[in-house]
Amino acid sequence: MGYKNRVAVLGAGLTKFMRRAQETGKELCFEAARMALDSAGLELKDMEAVVMSTAPDAFDGVHMKGEYLADGAGGFRRPYMRSYVGGGSGVFSVIHGWYHVASGHFDTCLVVAEEKMSPCMPHPQAAFNAIYDQFTERPLGVNLLWIFALEMNRYMQVHKIPLETISLVSVKNKKNGLDHPCAQAGIPGEYTVKDIMDSEVLVWPVHRLMVSPVTDAAAAVVLVSERVAKRMTDKPVWVEGVGWHLDSSYWTNRDLYYPKYVEYAARMAYRMAVITDPRKEIHLAEVYDPFAYKELHHMEGLLLADKGEAPRLLEKGVTQRDGDLPVCPSGGLMGVGNPIAAAGLMKVAEVFWQLRGEAGARQVSRPVKRGLAQAWGDLMQVGTVVVLGV
Amino acid sequence: MSHHLKEFPGVPLKDSDIQEGKVLTTRWEVKAEYAWDTGVALGEFFAGLKDGRILARQCDRCGRIVVPPRMFCEWCHRPNDRWVEVKDTGRVNTFSVSFVLWDASRVKVPSVPAVIEIDGCTPGVGFMHLLGNVGTTLEEILARVKIGMPVKAVWRPASERTGAITDIVHFVPREG
Amino acid sequence: MGVTTKPNRLEKIRTWRGSVPVWHQYTLGLAGERFFRELKDRGRLMASRCPRCGAAYLLPKLYCPACFVACEEWVEIKPRGVVDTFTVLHEGLEEEELKEPVVVAFVTFPGVKGGLVHRLGEVGRDGPAVGMEVEMVLRPERRGGLDDILYFRPVGK
Repeated sequence: MGYKNRVAVLGAGLTKFMRRAQETGKELCFEAARMALDSAGLELKDMEAVVMSTAPDAFDGVHMKGEYLADGAGGFRRPYMRSYVGGGSGVFSVIHGWYHVASGHFDTCLVVAEEKMSPCMPHPQAAFNAIYDQFTERPLGVNLLWIFALEMNRYMQVHKIPLETISLVSVKNKKNGLDHPCAQAGIPGEYTVKDIMDSEVLVWPVHRLMVSPVTDAAAAVVLVSERVAKRMTDKPVWVEGVGWHLDSSYWTNRDLYYPKYVEYAARMAYRMAVITDPRKEIHLAEVYDPFAYKELHHMEGLLLADKGEAPRLLEKGVTQRDGDLPVCPSGGLMGVGNPIAAAGLMKVAEVFWQLRGEAGARQVSRPVKRGLAQAWGDLMQVGTVVVLGV
Repeated sequence: MSHHLKEFPGVPLKDSDIQEGKVLTTRWEVKAEYAWDTGVALGEFFAGLKDGRILARQCDRCGRIVVPPRMFCEWCHRPNDRWVEVKDTGRVNTFSVSFVLWDASRVKVPSVPAVIEIDGCTPGVGFMHLLGNVGTTLEEILARVKIGMPVKAVWRPASERTGAITDIVHFVPREG
Repeated sequence: MGVTTKPNRLEKIRTWRGSVPVWHQYTLGLAGERFFRELKDRGRLMASRCPRCGAAYLLPKLYCPACFVACEEWVEIKPRGVVDTFTVLHEGLEEEELKEPVVVAFVTFPGVKGGLVHRLGEVGRDGPAVGMEVEMVLRPERRGGLDDILYFRPVGK
């Protein structure tokens, strides 16, 4: 295709995930951006553009949050832009950065994603209430969990998936998270299916241990053109494919059992990466898992499993770190935490580290040449996909 | 892994750190109140609910009949064509059982949110509402509610209706 | 019939009222905590300093935006500054008329990048002026916030 530049990921940084951070959002951005620059061996002055991703202003309680965070992200006195597609934002931030460089406008771009959810009182849930239609939905007393519970139940019933199987996602990811140095205190752990099933029913079928937590954190990556990458590293990790797609916000007019928008986003990314058989050609996947069932639901949308077959792969151990298709080796949102935009970027960073063999205790057993990070967002609406390769 | 992670270990706080004043905080109450115009489609829809009728919109190009109504067909991307009164019965497309309120506080007796596919609309099309008369405990509710189950609207008495989605109290099981 | 069609009964279009019922509790951050602690407990103004370029920042920043490194050094700033610009408020947030106009100024400090936006008090008959030297007046009871400073007043008052 007619892109001016091939784009590589050169470095990544990630702050500790915290339920309540003392750092301000700007300070979190600085910490992540500084670590990403250090890992790339570059300085802020080398960055020709900066992109920022962060979810609704209502969490931080700062209006025009993109502008507010700019200094911490290094995004002042240079081209700077915020993108936002709900939960899909973190992965989209890399797509956003990618077209800055791929277009030929810039040789370097710093990508930062931040979320500080803890200031929102009485609970960040209260801000989520306002994503629903103010006329036809909010008067019913909605909360965020409803839409997930409704989708999860639909998915379970169409494919006859037992709750025990879905609990296995929590067990796997919470165990994987034990090896992540940034994991939020109290989130990863050794759990049994029974522990998950016995946890509090929040909005059935969603139990407490099937939901990712509220988190403060920031993440950053450095994207560069091929010219710069070849000068700076022997181990470039290329952005081979990007895809994004949005469905209608009339979510009660669609069948929620299958995320078509994720499929279209994945097909777009696969086409660009010249992938014809994703099950063979994708070696590991950081699939978006804000809720346990979402990992399975999204694997199907990503064409990594047939419809209704993702639970079988999970049960057979295929998606474990030592399996044929490791899924969420980082621990994901269920095992590390869920600072919305930063969580998506954490997934891209994990694929980067895995492909460079730098994931330490989290390194998957099989050799990996190509990996995928995906996020989802809005009213069961948006899919964002990035394929990285070496 | 990030080489310099140890430089910024993060400063996680406990709720007690704030309550006991170990760290300084500042508080801000957003004063953001809104008055949203319902617009043409939902204005008509709510007027219909006040009269005890559910109104949908139909597009002549694709034939779809949809609720909640809008004055455009998002698929054909053109103005849609007419109002259609649909039934106040339908089927449960999916449901859940909620023990959590909007502010994350808990309740003992759960509500039962559901997506109801409305009879008379294009198959698969509906809106979110609540189910009633299906029990007060999780066990009772799971024993009584099934996906695909036929339901009908229970209307507030005409004198109490305000032209709102809550003019329908909830949907209850019906013989189907 | 279409989007532009006028509704046949205008009263059908109604207004739906609501709010987003949240409030926010902010931590002051690593640099902010240090700054406001000093202000609250010792009545001092502190700036953070970049170890690379030497610039001192007020309000203090955890990082130097120019060098993009952590500002690990702190220096005390003499609580005496200069009015860089000012404005006179006659209306409050709700557009209510204020009994007494309030003077708000941007006060800068020699050798320091940035400054403080705060009230001016005791400005006298001549009123505020750009370039006027001002000094900090603290509240006796402080809780750790910008309001611990009552206002800045002309030097010599």
